[in-house]
Amino acid sequence: MTAKDVRQILGARVLTGEELLEREINSACGADMMSDVLAFSKDHSVLLTGLCNPQVIRTAEMLDIACIIFVRGKKPEPAILEMAKARELIIMETGHRMFSACGMLYQAGLRGGKV
Amino acid sequence: MEDAVILNYTVSPDDFTRAGEASSDIKSKLKQLGVGTEVVRKVAIAMYEGEINMVIHAKGGEVSVVITPERIRMVLADKGPGIPDVELAMKAGYSTAPDEIRNLGFGAGMGLPNMKKYTDEMVIETKLGVGTTITMVVNM
Repeated sequence: MTAKDVRQILGARVLTGEELLEREINSACGADMMSDVLAFSKDHSVLLTGLCNPQVIRTAEMLDIACIIFVRGKKPEPAILEMAKARELIIMETGHRMFSACGMLYQAGLRGGKV
Repeated sequence: MEDAVILNYTVSPDDFTRAGEASSDIKSKLKQLGVGTEVVRKVAIAMYEGEINMVIHAKGGEVSVVITPERIRMVLADKGPGIPDVELAMKAGYSTAPDEIRNLGFGAGMGLPNMKKYTDEMVIETKLGVGTTITMVVNM
């Protein structure tokens, strides 16, 4: 699926990276602990998280994650969005909670990928 | 790449927002040098974990990276409290990070094990009250 499909499935709002929505999304991971994302994530294109600080952007940058989705209606500060923009990341926000958001994407065929 | 490329950084203390700036810069330099994606990724993750550790535990420190056609060598030196039990610190899940750090998404006790996992060599030299120097090598 593409990032555009992800947006539609979650009814998410794109906060930055609107022009990048044709990106192919192959797998996803969901976590609030960035340590765990760094430890267990490989080849993930989407990160779903309820954590909302600059280190989420940095973690995505180090792992070449293409799209971050903030769950539970978390809204990143403008400085965080600027960081994301500079790194050509897609940022979305959804009111769904983590479990539901992950479940909706899983049901649509997205998987966890390699560990 | 004929000669070695040397990069030096100072990791600023207690500024969690800026933690990762050195790793970010190293990552883009490696990409510019045409280093392979997998190697860049390993270096970026190991460096980033190291940098976060320096901010959490050691009030920052100095980072030096030497890039040659054969390998990337990273030296992270701090003047922090030192690691009392390196073997224990290397255990996945063991952490001494305070709760406020965990609230920021770190301190899961995966930092050092991750650094080892993503590098080909890792040496920890530490002395209580003096500091810690971690040397990591990723082969090209």
